[in-house]
Amino acid sequence: MDFLNALVMLTNFIIIPATTYGAQLALGALGVTLIYSILRFSNFAHGDTMALGTVVTIGITALFQSWGITLGPLPTALLALPFAIIVTSLVMIGTDQVVYKFYRAKKAATIVFVMASLGVMFMTNGVIRFLAGVKDINFTDGERFLIQARAFKEWSGLDQPLALRTTQALTVVVAVIVVAWLFWFLNRTRTGKSMRAYSDNEDLALLSGINPNRVVMVTWLIVGILTTTAGVLYGLDKSYSPFTYFQLLLPTFAAAIVGGLGSPLGAIAGGFVVAYSEVVVTYVWRAVAGYVLPENLQPEGLLQLLSTDYKIAVSFTILVIVLLFKPTGIFKGQSV
Amino acid sequence: MSQSNRVIFYFALVAILFLLEGLTNFWIFTGSWDTSVSILNMALVSAVMALGVNLQWGYAGLFNVGIMGFTALGGLAVVITSMQPVGEAWEAGGARVLAGLLIGALTIGLTIMLRTKLPKGNARAVFTIVVLVGGFFIYRSVFDPGVEAIEAVNPSVAGYLGGLGLPVLLSWPVGGLLAAGAAWIIGKTALGLRSDYLAIATLGIAEIIVAVIKNEGWLSRGAKNVNGLPRPVPNPVDLQADPAFIEAAARFGMSPVEASTLYIKLGYALLFTAVLVIVLILAQLARHSPWGRMMRAIRDNETAARAMGKNVTARHLQIFILGSAICGIAGAMMTTLDGQLVPTTYNPLRFTFLIWVMVIVGGSGNNIGSLLGAFLIWWLYVKVEPMGQWLAQVSTAGLDPNNWFAVRMTDAAPHMRLFTMGLILLLVLRFNPRGLVPER
Repeated sequence: MDFLNALVMLTNFIIIPATTYGAQLALGALGVTLIYSILRFSNFAHGDTMALGTVVTIGITALFQSWGITLGPLPTALLALPFAIIVTSLVMIGTDQVVYKFYRAKKAATIVFVMASLGVMFMTNGVIRFLAGVKDINFTDGERFLIQARAFKEWSGLDQPLALRTTQALTVVVAVIVVAWLFWFLNRTRTGKSMRAYSDNEDLALLSGINPNRVVMVTWLIVGILTTTAGVLYGLDKSYSPFTYFQLLLPTFAAAIVGGLGSPLGAIAGGFVVAYSEVVVTYVWRAVAGYVLPENLQPEGLLQLLSTDYKIAVSFTILVIVLLFKPTGIFKGQSV
Repeated sequence: MSQSNRVIFYFALVAILFLLEGLTNFWIFTGSWDTSVSILNMALVSAVMALGVNLQWGYAGLFNVGIMGFTALGGLAVVITSMQPVGEAWEAGGARVLAGLLIGALTIGLTIMLRTKLPKGNARAVFTIVVLVGGFFIYRSVFDPGVEAIEAVNPSVAGYLGGLGLPVLLSWPVGGLLAAGAAWIIGKTALGLRSDYLAIATLGIAEIIVAVIKNEGWLSRGAKNVNGLPRPVPNPVDLQADPAFIEAAARFGMSPVEASTLYIKLGYALLFTAVLVIVLILAQLARHSPWGRMMRAIRDNETAARAMGKNVTARHLQIFILGSAICGIAGAMMTTLDGQLVPTTYNPLRFTFLIWVMVIVGGSGNNIGSLLGAFLIWWLYVKVEPMGQWLAQVSTAGLDPNNWFAVRMTDAAPHMRLFTMGLILLLVLRFNPRGLVPER
């Protein structure tokens, strides 16, 4: 019984939240990796693009709700998502035309792109603060729980509750669909193949008649899908605030680099590595130990390795370890 | 216009802006000399930072996005150097905390030693993990009770170890040293890899340094702030009680209170100018020395410089540490000026990004340009908010105050800064990448 209780606790406080967060990070990291492999720079505006997509979704959701359109048990935001993706992708393609295209034509150094993306980041941040202010916004509606804590306790007869929120299940389902589609697109379609060719060897790709402008545009479009979905899922699961979205930048970069910059599979693996490390390291293990260890070995402290205030340090530590020992990441990305 | 004429023109423009601020309250100006000198003081501190960043970016092409972290370390230096030690707290847990930190450092040292001494293989991996995990638990068991004891000592006014009680001016070089230490750690990790890795790594370390200062109450009182830092200038109360000073103030037609705040601010301005001039002279000397030429050669063509036998990574580490140390000094100056350490005020826009805009707008690679950029952009940064309010007023003049646009415009005026600074950076990068005063 104690063992079962411990297992339920682990599922409730580690496996479910970390898997959800990992899926969100993986989607974010996929975007970073795509931009890196096609456009060849680290996009610092990524976190704020996620926020922009979320803000647009929040706006459209509110509009739908005011018209009385909802999705029943599912969050209305899901219905607003496709429209928000279109808006975000258009904004990104526009940004590319106005900002990055010029440097691409000039074949500017990577660091100039990074700097320009920093400028884009702050402008986007200004825009989202103008549109939605700085406060936390909760935009989830519909059924809150798939498995309710009390119902589970009654059903199982265990001391420990288990809760599964709709948004958590939804995150994983949507993420799986998006990732499956992305891999199908990259591996099976002509455009996807030309993108991979462009990423592997730009000159050869140009020589074989691939239109670089089209590749870049499709990339931004896909990045728009990934960032908006990631941002909306994160916002549904937790809540939206410009500051937390800015702080997602570091874990997202860490995920992409751990997996190997430029490798889509690596980005997904990296997302889960970062998410699980963050949750495991900041979790208070005392109660779990109470179930598993014999009475005379009970710990006195909280058994928390790191206070939650230092969550950001986890992604940073992972980043540093990777940079020191394996700069190409788990899946051998392009970076040296 | 020749370069030197252009410099004179721009500096004259800056001077006029500061004079207008003091003389007239038309449009966005306040008409107060007090505000004018306050803006000047922060501009001077920002100029020191801009010189540090220019050293890294302009001389060596290193992209440091963690200026905020080095500035915050400077702020922390003021607390640990100049505050009086809290005796009770030291008795309660000082030794434990120091021992804990020592154990932490020893663990890391031992790990590094093991990894260099032992041959590659499973044994090394096992030893590394055992030492790290074991060291971590010993560290926590020694460190945590100490922290608890310290934070329990008179939490409303103390709850931290205090400082060393040394003169506050000494904290400026200490801030430089702390920042240099952090820069060494970052540089060792991220330099020599892809250029954007340094950017990501510095972004991370800055967030972590600020998180530490916000959360480690025993060190910095965290969110409770440290107030009443000692000043390097006279106390306003003493001045207002001094008959000679009151008489002098009367001669300028000012009340003693007004005169004393202005006097103190001018005192800071003098101190900051002194630091700025020293840093500027050193930076210029360095630039025209063989070392400076080598740095620029490395920046312009790393491969060629490497072929000439230059150790690029080591030189980059050197200049990265130097530039960060200057940011640390400036951070200490800023906290001294504020008279308090408020960890929650550190945000990347103000402390990282703004300095970048200053360097890029002024002209990267040119120290005078960075200086000019610092004055212009700081002035703009202060004034964007009143400009935003003015814009909100003008653009919503005919509208109902409850209109969506009117509400958003009025709410958004404070956030205009983010947007404007981003826009300025993009415009300058695109249309005038060499800046107002280009490198010669």
